[in-house]
Amino acid sequence: MGMTMTQKILAAHAGLDHVEAGQLIEAKLDVVMANDITGPMALPIFRQMADRVFDPDKVYLVPDHFTPNKDIKSAENSKAILDFSYDQHLTHVLEQGKCGVEHAILPERGYVTAGECIIGADSHTCTYGALGAFSTGVGTTDIATGMATGELWFKVPSAIRFKITGKPSPYVSGKDVILHIIHEIGVDGALYQSMEFTGDGIQYLTMDDRFTICNMAIEAGAKNGIFPVDEQTEAYLKEHCQKPHTVYTADADAVYDREIEVDLSKVRPMVAFPHLPGNGHTIDEVEQMDRIKIDQVVIGSCTNGRMSDLRKAASILKDQKVADHVRVMVVPATQKIFLQCIQEGLAEIFVKAGCAFNTPSCGPCMGGHMGVMAKGERCVSTTNRNFVGRMGDTESYIYLASPQTAAASAIAGYIANPETIGGAQK
Amino acid sequence: MKARGHVLKYGDNVDTDVIIPARYLNSFDAEELASHAMVDIDPTFTQRLQKGDIMVAGKNFGCGSSREHAPLCLKTAGVSCIIAKSFARIFYRNSINIGFAILECPEAAEEIQEGDVVNVDYDSGIITDETTHKTYQAQPFPPFLQKMIKANGLVNYVNEKKGTKA
Ligand code: SF4
Repeated sequence: MGMTMTQKILAAHAGLDHVEAGQLIEAKLDVVMANDITGPMALPIFRQMADRVFDPDKVYLVPDHFTPNKDIKSAENSKAILDFSYDQHLTHVLEQGKCGVEHAILPERGYVTAGECIIGADSHTCTYGALGAFSTGVGTTDIATGMATGELWFKVPSAIRFKITGKPSPYVSGKDVILHIIHEIGVDGALYQSMEFTGDGIQYLTMDDRFTICNMAIEAGAKNGIFPVDEQTEAYLKEHCQKPHTVYTADADAVYDREIEVDLSKVRPMVAFPHLPGNGHTIDEVEQMDRIKIDQVVIGSCTNGRMSDLRKAASILKDQKVADHVRVMVVPATQKIFLQCIQEGLAEIFVKAGCAFNTPSCGPCMGGHMGVMAKGERCVSTTNRNFVGRMGDTESYIYLASPQTAAASAIAGYIANPETIGGAQK
Repeated sequence: MKARGHVLKYGDNVDTDVIIPARYLNSFDAEELASHAMVDIDPTFTQRLQKGDIMVAGKNFGCGSSREHAPLCLKTAGVSCIIAKSFARIFYRNSINIGFAILECPEAAEEIQEGDVVNVDYDSGIITDETTHKTYQAQPFPPFLQKMIKANGLVNYVNEKKGTKA
């Protein structure tokens, strides 16, 4: 019986010729990552097992959630992981003002690559599956164990194969594709499983689209999302990554729990209503409803704070004004992207349109700071979760959408169709 | 190992943001986290909960973030066991890793009601609702995970295996 792409990577890292879904294995880790929330909590657990990390090249601690430190406790947490990074002589020490949101910075700096087995103490660690790696989110005890031993237990997942066909229309991007899929299969539609994306259509998905899609695999309950390595991946790795990589491909006779076809040409701009990412509606359905007036727009995060996302948002906001009653937070995901926004004139477009242009951080995405909502407020956000209270008061409301839809909504003041509103003025 | 307690019942997709909201995550003191458990979905939770009580929930319990604060705050608050139709995978791992036994049993999760007195035998996976006198068989843990739960979590398991510290 053949193996899926994920199973092959896991087998190789467990030193086994063959693994099967459901099997419990212990696999070697290539990258172990934690952040300013999960890292400090992992350190005392780590110390119960070891004095030194298993390999200072392979451990990364990223300050991004409550940074720039929003209060004293956050400052102490950031300091704890920074001190630890220096004490342990980590090869890559990440500090505020020089990095960005973890799931954007790790690929950008080439810290993660194809064929690796990666864990992060953050659920959206599944993002790096876009590069053809096995990458999954774990908790603090797991991460402490990973840092101490370089190994971790896994239950080998079965998989759903998504056969991607067709070509998306201009205002449809990775975010719409994944919101469409989660709407189809539900927020537990891929529970414990891998989501493997294949098919002709993936050539029309840029690396940034793939990062966005894999980022939200967890919102369907998946263990990981994964794309095959193609020319686009190779080109991306060549540009960003020095490490050697290994290309794994699924066996022709790999067994999948089910196969789902996604025709990109039929995917419409999507909006996920409160309070679940699976609560998606097409923009056409939204246009049939009474207007949904909004108070805030967030464009950023590990889901959609990459360069192409900000370019798309800017193309809609160019020479436009944000509606009077709406505040807009644009948050580039990394310092490099932040600088590029300045160099390409995007920062000017955003500020002239009336947006706050903020320093890289998770910030408003999880209601930490830089865009927390009051009771009754509504936000269109390019982030990945619209749970109760995620961005502030438990009676505030988050609508998840693409950067294009978020930008169009900022201008309109209500949830709006990027095909008809904004710069490209159509 | 056994648990016995009153049931507090919840629906599907109870996510980690309501189990322990992000605004409290700049602390990782277990007692402090426990004092905020479930506050956004059930503000009276910590007052109603008695040590040893059992949570029963629908599908995909613990979905959302990887925060281990979620199972930790429930365990620390005094929850002895969670029975659900299914668990989100990171919540499942985290619970086992901290030696917090959680059981998947769709039938029990459907039928057991708020306030029932329930008895759970982890070794056999048998769940008994003493109020309705019904019994259910939960999926037993595979041996590898049983070993980890018996060791009271992954840290002890690793240390036993390595024969190093602790
Ligand atoms: S941007 Fe949001 S989802 Fe991404 S790592 Fe930060 S808090 Fe998590």
